[in-house]
Amino acid sequence: MANSTLTKQRSTAFKSTVALKSAMAVTGGILVLFLIVHMYGNLMIFGGQEVFDEYSHHIRVIGEPMLPPEGALWIIRIVLLASVLIHAYAAFTLWARARRARPAGQRYQTRRKPVQQTYASRTMRWGGVILALFVIYHILHLTTNNIAPGGASDSPYERVVNGFQIWWVLLTYLIAMIAVGFHLRHGIWSATQTLGANKASRQRVLNITATAIALVITVGFLIPPFSVFFGLVS
Amino acid sequence: MNITLRVWRQKGRGDEGRMVTYKVEDVSQDMSFLEMLDVLNEKLTLAGEDPVAFDHDCREGICGACGVVINGVAHGPETTTTCQLHMRSFKDGDVIDVEPWRAKAFPVIKDLVVDRGAFDRIIQAGGYISAPTGTAPDAHANPIPKADADRAFDAATCIGCGACVAACPNASGMLFTAAKVTHLGMLPQGQPERAARVVKMVNQHDEEDFGGCTNIGECAAVCPKGIPLDTISQLNKDLLGALASGKL
Amino acid sequence: MTELYIEGDPIRDEKAPEGPIEQRWDKRRFSAKLVNPANRRKLSVIIVGTGLAGASAAATLGEAGYQVSSFCYQDSPRRAHSIAAQGGINAAKNYRNDGDSIYRLFYDTVKGGDFRSRESNVYRLAQVSVEIIDQCVAQGVPFAREYGGLLDNRSFGGVQVSRTFYARGQTGQQLLIGAYQALERQVAAGTVKMHTRHEMLELIVVDGRARGIIARDMVTGEIETHFADAVVLASGGYGNVFFLSTNAMGCNVTATWRAHRKGALFANPCFTQIHPTCIPVSGDYQSKLTLMSESLRNDGRIWVPKKAGDQRDPRQIPEDERDYYLERIYPSFGNLVPRDIASRAAKNVCDEGRGVGPGGLGVYLDFADAIKRMGRPAVEAKYGNLFDMYQRITGENPYEVPMRIYPAVHYTMGGLWVDYDLQSTIPGLFVTGEANFSDHGANRLGASALMQGLADGYFVLPNTINDYLASGPFEKLDENTPEAKEAAESVRARINKLLSIDGNRTVDSFHRELGHIMWEYCGMERTEEGLRKAIERIRELRDEFWQNVKVVGTNDELNQSLEKAGRVADFFELAELMCIDALHRRESCGGHFRAESQTEDGEALRHDDEFAYVAAWEFTGTGEQPVLHKENLEYEYVEMKQRSYK
Ligand SMILES: Cc1cc2nc3c(=O)[nH]c(=O)nc-3n(C[C@H](O)[C@H](O)[C@H](O)COP(=O)(O)OP(=O)(O)OC[C@H]3O[C@@H](n4cnc5c(N)ncnc54)[C@H](O)[C@@H]3O)c2cc1C
Ligand code: HEM
Ligand code: HEM
Ligand code: SF4
Ligand code: F3S
Ligand code: FES
Repeated sequence: MANSTLTKQRSTAFKSTVALKSAMAVTGGILVLFLIVHMYGNLMIFGGQEVFDEYSHHIRVIGEPMLPPEGALWIIRIVLLASVLIHAYAAFTLWARARRARPAGQRYQTRRKPVQQTYASRTMRWGGVILALFVIYHILHLTTNNIAPGGASDSPYERVVNGFQIWWVLLTYLIAMIAVGFHLRHGIWSATQTLGANKASRQRVLNITATAIALVITVGFLIPPFSVFFGLVS
Repeated sequence: MNITLRVWRQKGRGDEGRMVTYKVEDVSQDMSFLEMLDVLNEKLTLAGEDPVAFDHDCREGICGACGVVINGVAHGPETTTTCQLHMRSFKDGDVIDVEPWRAKAFPVIKDLVVDRGAFDRIIQAGGYISAPTGTAPDAHANPIPKADADRAFDAATCIGCGACVAACPNASGMLFTAAKVTHLGMLPQGQPERAARVVKMVNQHDEEDFGGCTNIGECAAVCPKGIPLDTISQLNKDLLGALASGKL
Repeated sequence: MTELYIEGDPIRDEKAPEGPIEQRWDKRRFSAKLVNPANRRKLSVIIVGTGLAGASAAATLGEAGYQVSSFCYQDSPRRAHSIAAQGGINAAKNYRNDGDSIYRLFYDTVKGGDFRSRESNVYRLAQVSVEIIDQCVAQGVPFAREYGGLLDNRSFGGVQVSRTFYARGQTGQQLLIGAYQALERQVAAGTVKMHTRHEMLELIVVDGRARGIIARDMVTGEIETHFADAVVLASGGYGNVFFLSTNAMGCNVTATWRAHRKGALFANPCFTQIHPTCIPVSGDYQSKLTLMSESLRNDGRIWVPKKAGDQRDPRQIPEDERDYYLERIYPSFGNLVPRDIASRAAKNVCDEGRGVGPGGLGVYLDFADAIKRMGRPAVEAKYGNLFDMYQRITGENPYEVPMRIYPAVHYTMGGLWVDYDLQSTIPGLFVTGEANFSDHGANRLGASALMQGLADGYFVLPNTINDYLASGPFEKLDENTPEAKEAAESVRARINKLLSIDGNRTVDSFHRELGHIMWEYCGMERTEEGLRKAIERIRELRDEFWQNVKVVGTNDELNQSLEKAGRVADFFELAELMCIDALHRRESCGGHFRAESQTEDGEALRHDDEFAYVAAWEFTGTGEQPVLHKENLEYEYVEMKQRSYK
C-alpha cells in the first residue's frame, strides 16, 4: 500500500476509539495521582488546625517567588481541569458512539443478563457523571465556600469542621466517595488494560491492586469527615 | 419437555420486527438448541407459516455461522456456540427468549439472521500476512518459541461468530479484532506488517460503526472459543506503539 | 444390469505427460502455455467455493492478476466446510528423518486408495505437499510446535511415518483461515470480487465452453448471471446425500450436479468414506453427526455385549460377557484396523442385534482399561477436549461410562471427472478439491483431503489454467446470449415449480427418507439386491417429492426451505447414479464394499482385471440411462496388491 495512504491511516488512528480511551486512561491516571495526594493532604487534619491551614497555605505559595502567588496551584488546577475535560470528552464521545452502535430500534427486547461484567464496570459512566457533579459541589463548598452549610470561614480547617458536623453533608460525601471507590476499582484495572499492560498471567495481581488502591482512597477520604462528625476532630 | 419460545420475527432488512410466541412440545433433552428450532420449523412449514430463519452450517461449533441471544445471553447459558447448546440446559416449561445479534454493524437480514460482513472487511483492511503463493521459505526457516506460538494459537481460535459484539454493552467488535491482531502479531512472520496492520484494522473497526471498547469484559465471558481479554490489551499496546513510534 | 446404463467409449486423460514420474509435473508446467501478466487483467475466472480448494485458488489467481469472482453460500468465505477438519494435513517433509519421502507418500496414497487413482496425479500431490506447509506457515497458520520452536508431527491412520502436520484439533480451521486471509487481501486489492450468500444454481455453456454461472442471491432472491473466461468449481463433497453425515448442513451437490447435467462427466460417485468413530444418533430429530478423532482408537477398546438385546448398564456387564470383536477378529491390528474395516465390523454386530444405546446403533468405546493403566490425568491430557465434546453432546461422562460410537459418512471420493490439468470434460470448467473425483481412488487416507484441496488451489490449478486462458479472452457475452437466458430461465422455472407444489411433506422429511435409503442400501455394505431396491425407492420418492413437497414463502427473500429444496432435488438424481455406479462395480475396493465380493475372511476383494478403471458417467436425462465411460488405470510404479490387516 502506498505510503501516503498509510500516513492517512495513521492520522485517522489518532482519532480512533482506542486512542480516545487511551486519553481517558492517561487523564484518569493523573486524576488518581491527584486523589492520592489530596487524600494524604486531607489526613493532615489530624495534625490540628494549624498544620492543616499551613498545608493549605503552603500549596498556594510553592514556587514563589519564581512563580506568582498561587502560580503552582494554578498549574496544577489547569492540568487537573484539562484532564477532567479530556477525560469527560472521551467518555461522552465513546458513550455516544456506543449508543449509535446499537441504536434505538435495534436494542434487545429481553433485559440482557450480565455474564461476568461487574457492577463497577457497568456504572462507570453514570458514576463518572456523579463524580463530576460532586466535584462542582465540592469546590463550591470547600474551596470557594459559596456553599457553606455550617458557616463560612477563611480557614479551610474550619470549613471542613463546620461542614461535616451536618449529617446530610456527610451523607453527600459518603455517597460520592463510594462512587469514587467503584469508579476507581474498575478504572485502575481498566487503565492498565487500555495502556497495554494487561496479560492473562497478570490479571489477578492487577485486579487486587486496583481494589486495594480504590479501597485506600475511599477509606482515606472518609476518615476525616467521619472523625469530624463523631467529634474526634473539632 | 415442553418449551415456550419467544422469537424475534422480522421479514426483511428494513422491516419492523417483533417477538412472537410459539410452543414447542416433546422436546428431548438430547436435542441441540438448533434441532429444537428445526422441530419448530417443521411444524410451522406444515402449517403453511414461514419458518424461522437462522444461520448455521457445521453444527459442531467451529464454523461460527450460528449464534442467537438466548434469554439475554449471547449463545445462551453455556459457554459454547448455539449449535452446541443442548436442551438439557433448560427445564420443562421454560420460557425462552430468542433474539438476533444486535448491533448497527450487524443489520438484521431476516428473523435471527444478521449480516456480519463487517468482520470480513476488518480482515480485508489488514488481517493477513502478505505471503503470495510460492514465495515462502522453508517452514523451518523461522523457529517460533513455544510460548509465542501458543499465545498466537489461543487468539487464532476465534471463529468469527460475533457473540462478542452481541454481548458487549457498547456493541464493540474489539475482541474479534484483537484476536486477529494478537494471532498475527505474535508470530515472526507477522512482524513486518504489525504496525500497519493494527492501525488499519482499528480504523476499519471504527469505520464499521462498532462501538468503542471500554473494557467491560462481557465479550470474553461469552466467547465460545475463550478468546482471552488480554488480547484487547495487546491490541491497545500495538496501536499505541504504532502511533508513538511513527514507523508504519 | 445394462438396462440401467449404457456403456460408451472409453476416455483418456489427454493432458497427462509421459516419462519418469518425478518429471511429469515439471514437464506439464513447461509445456503449458503462459499468459503475459499484462493480459491477465483482461481475463476473468469464476470460482465457486471458498473452502481450502476455492479460497487458495482465488487468492493465488488474484495475486497473479486475473479478475476473479468468488462465490460461497455462507455469509463469509471463512465458514466453508473445510473449517471442520480436525486431524491434520500430510506432507512429505521428512522433518522426522524417519524414512519419509515424496515417493513414500505417493506409494502410501496409491495403496490407501486401493489402486483406483492415477499414479501421475498422486505423485504430483506428494511433490506439492512440501510447498503447502511452507506456504501455510508463511501465512501465519499456527501449526503445533515443539519446545525447540520447530513444527511437530504425528502419525495418522495406520501409516508408519510421522508426516502429519496439525494445529491442535482444528487443523482445517487454521488452514482455511490462512487461505481466507489471503483471499480477503486480494478482495481489498480489488483483484477478487467476493459474492457471499450466493448459491450457484446453473452453469452457462456457450459454444461448448464453460462461460459463466447462474447464481441466486440468497438474501434478495435475485437470479444473477455471471460471465467469465473460465469457471472453477470448488464446491466440496456430497456426503449430505445420506442426510446424516459429518458434513455441514449446507454441503450440497448442486454446483457439480448442474455441471454434470450440462455435460461434465461424474466419476466414481459410489466411492464414499465412512468414518468409524462418530457420536451415534440419539433420535429422529438429529440433524448431523459429529466426528470424534480417530486417535481415540489408540487407547479405547471397542466392544459390545455378547448377548443380543442386553440392556444392562455397561458397567454391570462382566468381562466374560463382552465381545471385544475387533481384537477377536483382527488380533494383529485390533482396534486400529483401517476405517472401512472398523466401520463394517460395527455395522455387523449391530445387525446381529448387539448394538447399544438408543435404536441399537452404537458400540462401546471403553477407556476403563486405559484409565486403569495410565491414570485419569494422562487420559485427560491426551483426550480431554474430545471427552468434553462428547459429554457436551451426549450429556454422558466418558470417564465413567464407556463412550458410544457409530460409523458415519464422512467424505466422498467421487466427483466430477477431471484430467491432469483439473479440467472437466467441458472445456473451461475446472474442478478442484473434494468436488473433483480427486486423487484418492476408492478410499482416502486420513489427512489427505486437506493436502489435496490446497495442492489443487495453490499450486496445480494456477499453473494449468493458464494453458486454457492463454487462448482467451473469449467473445464478450451479455445476458441476452441465448444460452445464458435459457440457463436463467430454467433456474427460475425450477424455483417456481418448487414453490408452487404446495404439498404436505417438508423438504427435510424427504431428505431424511432419502438418507435412510442410501445408508441402508448404498452405505457401508452394498448388495445387488439392495441397490436395485434402492434405485426403485429413490425413483418413487423423487416422484413424490415433485408432487408433494411443501416449500413456504417466496423467492424474493431469504428462504432457507427453498434453498434446501433445490439441493435435495439434486441429491435425488445423484443418489440414483451412486446406486447405479455401486451396482455396476461388482467388486469391493476401498470404501465400496460389495457383499458379493469378499474373501473368505470377509475382507474386500478387488477384481483388478475387470475394474481397474475410473467410471465416468455421462448424463442423459433424469431417470434416463447414463452412459459409462471408462478410463483405464495403469500402474507402473506401485504393484497392485490385496490389502490384509489380520
Ligand atoms: C468433520 C470432518 C473432518 C475432517 N478431517 C479431515 C482431516 O483431518 N484431514 C483431512 O485431510 N481431511 C479432513 N476432512 C476432509 C476435508 O475437510 C474436506 O474434504 C475438504 O476440506 C474439502 O475442501 P473443499 O475446499 O473441497 O470444499 P469445502 O471446504 O467443503 O468448501 C465448499 C465451498 O463451496 C461452496 N459451495 C458449495 N456449493 C455451492 C453452491 N451451490 N453455490 C455456491 N457455493 C457453493 C461452499 O460455500 C464452500 O465455500 C474432514 C472432513 C470433515 C467433514
Ligand atoms: C471526603 C473527601 C474530601 C474532603 C474532606 C476534601 C477536602 C477538600 C478541601 C478542604 C479542599 C480545599 C482545599 C483548599 O482550598 O485549600 C478541597 C479542594 C478540592 N478537592 Fe477535595 N476533598 C475530598 C474529596 C475530593 C474528591 C473525591 C475530589 C475529586 C474527585 C476532590 C477534588 C477537589 C478539588 C478539585 C479541589 C480544588 C482544589 C483547588 O483547585 O483549589 N476532593 N478538598
Ligand atoms: C474526576 C474524577 C475522575 C477520576 C479520578 C476518573 C478516573 C478514571 C480512570 C482511572 C478510568 C480508567 C481509564 C481506562 O479505562 O483506561 C476512568 C474511566 C472512566 N471514567 Fe473516569 N474519572 C473521573 C471522572 C470521570 C467523569 C467526570 C466521568 C464522566 C463522564 C468519567 C467517566 C469514565 C468512564 C465512562 C470510564 C470508562 C472508560 C474506560 O474504562 O476506558 N470519569 N475514570
Ligand atoms: S472473539 Fe469469540 S465471540 Fe468474538 S467472534 Fe471470535 S469466537 Fe466469536
Ligand atoms: S464487552 Fe465490550 S467494552 Fe470491551 S472488553 Fe468486551 S469489547
Ligand atoms: S453451526 Fe457452525 S458453529 Fe454453530
